[in-house]
Amino acid sequence: MIEVKDLTKAFGERTAVDHVSFVVNKGEILGFLGPNGAGKTTTMRILTGFLPATSGTARVAGFDVFNDSLEVRKRIGYLPENPPLYMDMTVSAYLEFVARIKNVPAENRKARINDAMEKTNIQDKRHELIKRLSRGYKQRVGLAQALVHDPEVIILDEPTVGLDPKQIIEVRHLIKSLAGSHTIILSTHILPEVSMTCDRVVIINRGRIAAIDTPANLTTQLKGGQHVRVVAEADQNAVCAAIRELPGVRRVSGEPEGGNGLVAVTVEAEAGQDVRSQIAAKVVGKGWPLYELRGVSLSLEDIFLELTTEDSEHASSVAN
Amino acid sequence: MKGMYAVYRKEMGHYFVSPVAYIIVAVFLILTAYFFNRLLALIIQQSFEASLESIQGGGAPPFDVPSLVMRNFFGIVSTLLLFLTPMLTMSVYAEERRRGTMELLMTSPVTDLQIVLGKFFASFTLLVIMLFPTALGFAYILHHSEPSAPWRVLGSEYLGVLLLGGALLALGSFFSSMTESQLIAAMLTFGAILLLWVVDFGSQAASTALSSALDYLSVFRHYDDFTRGVIDTSNLIFYLSFIVLGIFLTVRSVDSMRWRRA
Ligand SMILES: Nc1ncnc2c1ncn2[C@@H]1O[C@H](COP(=O)(O)OP(=O)(O)OP(=O)(O)O)[C@@H](O)[C@H]1O
Ligand SMILES: [Mg+2]
Repeated sequence: MIEVKDLTKAFGERTAVDHVSFVVNKGEILGFLGPNGAGKTTTMRILTGFLPATSGTARVAGFDVFNDSLEVRKRIGYLPENPPLYMDMTVSAYLEFVARIKNVPAENRKARINDAMEKTNIQDKRHELIKRLSRGYKQRVGLAQALVHDPEVIILDEPTVGLDPKQIIEVRHLIKSLAGSHTIILSTHILPEVSMTCDRVVIINRGRIAAIDTPANLTTQLKGGQHVRVVAEADQNAVCAAIRELPGVRRVSGEPEGGNGLVAVTVEAEAGQDVRSQIAAKVVGKGWPLYELRGVSLSLEDIFLELTTEDSEHASSVAN
Repeated sequence: MKGMYAVYRKEMGHYFVSPVAYIIVAVFLILTAYFFNRLLALIIQQSFEASLESIQGGGAPPFDVPSLVMRNFFGIVSTLLLFLTPMLTMSVYAEERRRGTMELLMTSPVTDLQIVLGKFFASFTLLVIMLFPTALGFAYILHHSEPSAPWRVLGSEYLGVLLLGGALLALGSFFSSMTESQLIAAMLTFGAILLLWVVDFGSQAASTALSSALDYLSVFRHYDDFTRGVIDTSNLIFYLSFIVLGIFLTVRSVDSMRWRRA
């Protein structure tokens, strides 16, 4: 549905998007994840025809975003970073305007507007002036605006910004429910949001793609082997040496824990090995009191930080 | 076409909820009413004196009061437009750029030309609304005055005002599309109109090619004939091409927002 190839956008000297390529299949939800200034908004603006690319191509529903911009725009619902609202309009007048400008036929207009308001939970604000709404409601009106013409492709730049926790959950449900019949790209800084809503994630850093994969794959791929945390009462070097001898253990590091003779040891296993029972047997066998033993899973946060931190070896290895 | 109408509707709605439009129309009507009264008093007095003289000396032509009033009145209207049209157009694009709503328009299935035309026709409609009460007044006067001025003259005067106003609106829209600040847009427009007003100043003195070119550029010079009831094709062409050029430049400017920044 969306094909992006070698997309590059330079603002003068600064390259905001640097040879980005990805594909979004019909009905899929793709998440853009990246630190501030990574180029998420710029990429979305190119896809929606707001900015021309410096080089590379992007196609939406088979139409080139530059040469067939109008065809692309017909098919896209777009929530920009700053919701494009007319402050002096009421919510319903605003949505009516958007429906008109997006070519919704007169006979469907009312139904489409009501549907968009229902989905974003703003029916009770329909007669209010937009300038009187709170931040979160403004965001929801912006979201309704992106849905009002029932577009094939929906592009949402940080859709949950400014919403309260309950609304965040509802909007995530909404986005998930739109998938299948719609193709969606969203950007966010909230990592759990990506693992909760997206089928695939693109991690962008400084205009380049650091990783593209499903949230689940990203976690395991980067995790490599299992990480285990062991706390025991013993001499630090002795414990580390003992565990290092075990088969399937790749790396061991220890540090004092609490100051009453306890040590905490972090064990990294080879990929595909479960070393927990062996560690337990070893420690207990040596007669050291075992206080704690648990697997530590890398969160998307760790992956994100790892990929977007400057001198990360992982970042380049995963991207290739 | 539908896209243009959607933009037009939105702009009209915007004019009617914003106090700016009401204030501009009110100021215009109050000032025109005031000037009309003063003019009428002045010209009636002059015609009275003239008729006294003609009784004494005989031979002086009679005063055509309605025509004189109209002609002077439309001179004043053009001056008022100079001040008021920049305020009608200053926010047209600048405000959308500042608020980020240009991003909605420019990612919707409408062409830049449709956006620009929708906005232009909306401001033009407001001009028509603003002039309408004065037209009613003149229609009433022409109907009742003795001797009556020909309706053709009145028509030509309104055609002139609409063309002049349209040209100024096109110019103002263009300047509004160049900036995110309404104030800068208004000042640039005002400055440009002022320049086009005085550009023929002193050009009669030297009759070089430059001075006749400057003469041609003066937006108000082409207006004079209309106030005398003369519809000259060259004047029509001047204003229409001025408007088309303004719209064209605005479309280019909107398009260039994509390339610059937004
Ligand atoms: N119009 C512009 N002119 C010049 N530079 C720009 C422009 N727009 C964006 N940039 C630059 O391009 C880079 C990418 O910006 P972009 O807005 O795409 O980042 P982002 O990933 O959306 O960040 P955020 O998470 O803060 O929203 C930044 O370095 C930014 O300064
Ligand atoms: Mg952004």
